[in-house]
Amino acid sequence: MSTHDLVMKASGLVKRYGHVTAIDGADFELRRGEILAVIGDNGAGKSSLIKALSGALVPDSGEVLLDGKKMKFKSPMDARKAGIETVYQNLAVAPSLDIADNLYLGRERLKPGILGKVFRMLDKKAMHDHAREKLSELGLLTIQNIHQAVETLSGGQRQGVAVARSAAFARNVVIMDEPTAALGVKESRKVLNLIKDVRDRGLSVILISHNMPHVFEVADRIHIHRLGKRCAVVKPDTHTMAEAVAIMTGAMDPHEHPAGAFAE
Amino acid sequence: MSNASTANNNMAEHERVADSAGGAVANFATEQLSLVERAHRFFHSNPVAAPAIVLLMAVLVFSMVIGERFLSPFNLSLILQQVTIIGILGIAQTLIILTAGIDLSVGAIMVLTSVIMGKTAVMLGFPPVIAFMAGMAAGAFCGWINGILVTVLRLPPFIVTLGTWNIFFALNLWYSQSETIRYKAIAEAAPLLHWTGQSIDILGAKLTYGSLLMIGLFALVWYALNWTPWGRHVYATGDDPAAAKLAGIRTERVLMSVYVVAGVICAIGAWALIGRIGSVSPQAGMMANLDSITAVVIGGCSLFGGRGAIWGTLIGALVVGVFRNGLALAGVDVLWQEFTVGLLIIVAVAMDQWIRKA
Repeated sequence: MSTHDLVMKASGLVKRYGHVTAIDGADFELRRGEILAVIGDNGAGKSSLIKALSGALVPDSGEVLLDGKKMKFKSPMDARKAGIETVYQNLAVAPSLDIADNLYLGRERLKPGILGKVFRMLDKKAMHDHAREKLSELGLLTIQNIHQAVETLSGGQRQGVAVARSAAFARNVVIMDEPTAALGVKESRKVLNLIKDVRDRGLSVILISHNMPHVFEVADRIHIHRLGKRCAVVKPDTHTMAEAVAIMTGAMDPHEHPAGAFAE
Repeated sequence: MSNASTANNNMAEHERVADSAGGAVANFATEQLSLVERAHRFFHSNPVAAPAIVLLMAVLVFSMVIGERFLSPFNLSLILQQVTIIGILGIAQTLIILTAGIDLSVGAIMVLTSVIMGKTAVMLGFPPVIAFMAGMAAGAFCGWINGILVTVLRLPPFIVTLGTWNIFFALNLWYSQSETIRYKAIAEAAPLLHWTGQSIDILGAKLTYGSLLMIGLFALVWYALNWTPWGRHVYATGDDPAAAKLAGIRTERVLMSVYVVAGVICAIGAWALIGRIGSVSPQAGMMANLDSITAVVIGGCSLFGGRGAIWGTLIGALVVGVFRNGLALAGVDVLWQEFTVGLLIIVAVAMDQWIRKA
């Protein structure tokens, strides 16, 4: 499997909280331009794994490589600087700010020259133009309402803003934590299409989800997490949903499956 | 097995049905709205609109009832003078309330810093500029104390500032020994401190430098809130601190900066206070705390944070000023002025509850 172009690779990750081991020597591989779903039972440690990859927690041991370079993320800001964006389940948008403001929240662009340097003046036009461009690239826009406050949007639209934000700034990896969990059928559909769009634009996507039909629809490969480590990586066309769930819950030994435990 | 193969087949049956209804969910489409909904949306996106309408109507009614005496340039500039102190403290209060806090100590900081400025210049004999700087530094320090208690000890701002209100006020009485510094002493030792009380006459209007200073401060804070990253961060922190943090904003630092800036603005309020009353009195500005909150609330700023505009506070202060002045000119008893202000506060907060509903 080393023949593939890996964007991100982690090996031997360990994280303990007191006598609880959240990550128990986990490995992780993400290829360039793929959607990798991460599934696992509650308590299997998948959120801890994701946090270790996005800088939200610092593992006790093990290493994370990004483009072959060893990374030491101390905060989500570090991961973000390295080109890894995360869409959080609770969205991390400021409801009363408008769409463009939210896209640039925490990384506002300043006017060039003395206006920006001395007076810290925002370059609103550049930010709005860029926000508009990103949103229309993702098919999320009817032009006039980029100044709409985020709270006036539906759940799917807000998720759209959050996805657009990550897609606009990610250079390597977008991590999405349960992006469809709070959405209705049609809104989920739209967000799933967005995720595929993000992948088709050359970014790698890590998708954490409990929704098996969604996972099997969009994922290129599926990382199955169990008891704090990776126990298999399967493909939607070699394994069925039932088999994936069986591996995830321990009802099936992945090595006994004809396609093996690790998808090529 | 069969359900797995349909999944590989891209989408489940039940979704195809939904899909044929058109994928317009996330298109940010405009929909048909009723009149009430449209009004709601208008007030929602223009937080200054409601208080501006109230101000306009108040001015109209008082002009019709009282006429020339109310509408004279002199009287209008008098209203502006009357709201100057509350307006300046209201700026500080707006910043705090935008972060979902509240500051009960603004008035106490103002009085304490006015005493420090007066004493440093008059009693200790320092040059007026040094006295002024000492006042500003003291204001910043008071704000810093509030900020530390709110961000490091994570105490609720209401309780913190209730405590520091008493502490600052007690320090003020102790340091001033409850003595007033008279007009004449200040005029001799530190005319700079009286600068805010001087005025220019334009067509019979008497504009004090203090009032102009207030308007300048509003403009400055408007710029900071709307045109700098700091302003965006203040709104985001007040709106949803968890989200702001995930977006990479260091919310503690934002809060800290807001409290320090508010402290400095209170010290500027102290400067305007000395200009307005001419002397330095440790008993001045007793009601300023609550009046500044009144101005902010009537100005349409949400007490839940993240919502409101700085100009609303100026309008809120003017609304109170216009009502007090108009009712006084109409010969209405003072108690009915208070009654009206109370009514305005409740109406404003009720409006906010309605407007905040997304």
